[in-house]
Amino acid sequence: MTIQVSTVSDVRTTNGKAGDRVAYLTELLSLRPPLDCPAAWLQEIRDRAAARVQELSIPSPKDEEWRFTDLSPLLQTHFQTAQPQLAAISSAEIAPFVLPGPAHRMVFVDGVFAPSLSTEPVISTSLIVGNLDAVQQSSLWDQLPNYLAEQRGADEVFTALNSASLRDGAIAWVSQNQTLETPIHLLFISTKAEQASVNHPRGLVIAEPNSHLTVIEEYVSLEQGVYFTNPVTEIWIETNAAVHHTRIQRDAKESFHIGKTAVSQARDSRYTCNAISYGAQLSRHHLEIYQIGEQTETTLNGLTLIAGEQVADTHSAIAFTKPCGTSRQIHKCIVDDHAHAVFNGKIFVPKPAQLTDAGQVSRTLLLSPKARVDTKPQLEITADNVKCAHGATVSQLESDEIFYLQSRGIDEETARRLLTYAFAYDVIREIPIPSLQDTLAQFVREHF
Amino acid sequence: MICDNSEIILSVQDLTAEVDGTQILKGLNLEVKAGEIHAIMGPNGSGKSTFSKVLAGHPDYTVTGGTVTFLGQNLLEMEPEDRARSGVFLAFQYPIEIPGVSNLDFLRVSYNSKRKHQGLDELDAFDFDELVQQKLDVVKMDPAFLSRSVNEGFSGGEKKRNEILQMALLEPKLSILDETDSGLDIDALKIVSNGVNQLTTPENAIILITHYQRLLNYIEPDYVHVMEGGRIVTTGGKELALELEERGYDWVREEEAVGAK
Repeated sequence: MTIQVSTVSDVRTTNGKAGDRVAYLTELLSLRPPLDCPAAWLQEIRDRAAARVQELSIPSPKDEEWRFTDLSPLLQTHFQTAQPQLAAISSAEIAPFVLPGPAHRMVFVDGVFAPSLSTEPVISTSLIVGNLDAVQQSSLWDQLPNYLAEQRGADEVFTALNSASLRDGAIAWVSQNQTLETPIHLLFISTKAEQASVNHPRGLVIAEPNSHLTVIEEYVSLEQGVYFTNPVTEIWIETNAAVHHTRIQRDAKESFHIGKTAVSQARDSRYTCNAISYGAQLSRHHLEIYQIGEQTETTLNGLTLIAGEQVADTHSAIAFTKPCGTSRQIHKCIVDDHAHAVFNGKIFVPKPAQLTDAGQVSRTLLLSPKARVDTKPQLEITADNVKCAHGATVSQLESDEIFYLQSRGIDEETARRLLTYAFAYDVIREIPIPSLQDTLAQFVREHF
Repeated sequence: MICDNSEIILSVQDLTAEVDGTQILKGLNLEVKAGEIHAIMGPNGSGKSTFSKVLAGHPDYTVTGGTVTFLGQNLLEMEPEDRARSGVFLAFQYPIEIPGVSNLDFLRVSYNSKRKHQGLDELDAFDFDELVQQKLDVVKMDPAFLSRSVNEGFSGGEKKRNEILQMALLEPKLSILDETDSGLDIDALKIVSNGVNQLTTPENAIILITHYQRLLNYIEPDYVHVMEGGRIVTTGGKELALELEERGYDWVREEEAVGAK
C-alpha cells in the first residue's frame, strides 16, 4: 500500500513531449461535432472555448493538479467522433437504468439526445426539462446565455474542450417557490463503436429562488468498450433554493471519464452532492462549488470503489466568498487490487468569508497490499474567525471486525464484503433513490 | 449445576498460545461439562481474554501447544465460523458496529448459517421474524433495535444485550462471556444476567470471564477459577469469588509461589 507518495520520480518519459500533448488536444478538438441546435450564441460559446483550447495542452504529471493522475493511457488512444445509432437502441436495453419510480428522464446516447428513450420534455411556467432544441420554444431560451458556460473554472482544459464540442445539452429549470417531488434523471449512455469514440455531454440545472429539486446524473454504458466521455454539468442554485444531486459514474471498464460539476450557490441556498465513481479505467471528477452568497450550505458525500488497474481521481474545491457559509464533506475510497485512488480537496476561505464552518474528512479502505491512495486536503484560509477542520485516515479491514462476524457463523469472505459495504454505507445511504442504493450494494457484493 | 456423569463439552489440556511472539497462555487446563457454569477471574494480563479468543479462533492468536476438545472434536483445527456453527459462542467485550447492515438481517444470516451447518432449511424472513420476536423478551429488547444497524449508536448496555440476544438465537452448547458485565450499570447487569440465566440448561455450559464478583451475585457459578500468568492456579466454589473480592489476587500469587516450591 502506498500513501501520499510525494516524489515526482514516477513521471515516466513515455508521457510524451509537450508538443505531443498539444497535438493530441488539437486532434480531440478537430473531432468536435456540429451543433445539433444551431444558434449564433451557442456557436460563440463553442468558438470562444475552442480558442481557449488552442492555448492549452493535455496536462502531464508535471502539472501540480495532475501530479498523481497520469493521462498517458488516454494519449495512447485515438478517438473518433461518436456517431450513435439511436434507432438501434430499444427501451428494453436501457430498462436496467430506468428509475422504478416517477422521474423526468433525459437520455443522451454518446452525447446525442435520444427522445424515444426519454420521457416527454416538459415546458411549463413552473418547470422546464428538455434538451436545447426543446427549450428553444420556451421563455427560458433568452436567459440561457446567462447560465450556459458561465460558471467559473470554464478555462480548465477539459471543460473548455467540452464547451468547444458542445452539440446539445440537458436543461432542467425549476421556477421560484416550486418544490419538485419528481427527480430529474439525466442518463448519459455510451455505446461501443468499431473505433473508440469521444463524447462531451452537457448538463445545465437552474433552481430559482426558494425552489427545491433532486437531480440524478448517471454515466453508464450498454456494453464494454473503449470510449472517452468528457461531461460538464453546471448547476445554479439561487437564493434559498435547495438542490440534492446524486452523480453516479459507472462507465465501461475500459473507458476514460473526465467530468466536471460546477455549482454556484446564492445566499441561503443548500447543495448536497453524492458523487459515486466506480467505472472507467481512468476517471477524474472535478467538483467545484462557488458559494457566492452568505449563509450557504454545501454537503459533499463522495465514494470511490475501484479494483483491478483502475485509477479514479476526485478533485473537489469549495470556494467560500461571503460570511457564515458552511460545508460538510466526506470522501471515501475503497481500493482493491492494483487500483489507485486520488483525492484532492481544496477549501478556500478568503478574508470576507468570516464565520465559515468547513469540515472535510477523507477515509480510505485499502483492500490489497498493492492498492494505493494519494489523499490531500488543501485548505487556504485567510479569514481569521473561522472553523475549518479536516482529517484523513487510511485503513484496512480490522481482523477483530472480521473475527466478530466469523464468530457468529459467517464465513470470512462474506464478512469482508459486509464490512466493505458497511464502510461505504454512510455515503450510500444519502442517495435518495432506494433502487440506486441496491445497485451499489449489489456491486459491492459482487466485486469486493 | 454439577452432575458427575454429564457430557464433557470442553476439555482443555496444557494449552499454550502466543500473540505477536509473546507467550500468553502457559499450560492451561480446564474441563467443562454440560450444565455447568464456570467463572474465570484473575488480574489484568493474566490471559483471561486471550483464552476466550483462542477458544473462538481469533486469527491473531497462535496456539503453540496443548489440545482443546469440544464435544469430542479437535476445536483448534476448526475455522472460527465452523466453531460458531458447531455451538461455540463468544460474547464480546467490545462488540463491533456494522453500519448499513440491519440487526435483523445480521441475526438472520448468522442464525441460518448455523441451520445450514446442521443440515436444516434456512428460515425465511417471515419465520425468522417470528422467532426473533420471542427471543427479544430474554433481554427485554425493544423491537426497534432490530431495524437499526448492528450495534451502531447502541449504548454499552444495549450492545451487551444484543450479544445475549444472539446467544439466545444461536443456542450454543458452550457460551463464553468475555467481561459481559464490565461497564454495565446495575439495571443493565440484572437484565443481562437474567437473560443468561434463562438460557442455562442441563445440556449447555457457560464460561464467565469477569473482573468483578458482582456478576456472580446474579449468575451463580459452579466453579470459580483464578487465572494468573497464563494458567489456572486455583479452583474453588462460589465462595472463592468472595474471598478474591475481599483479599485481592495477591494471596493467590503467594500461595502459588509457595506451592511451586
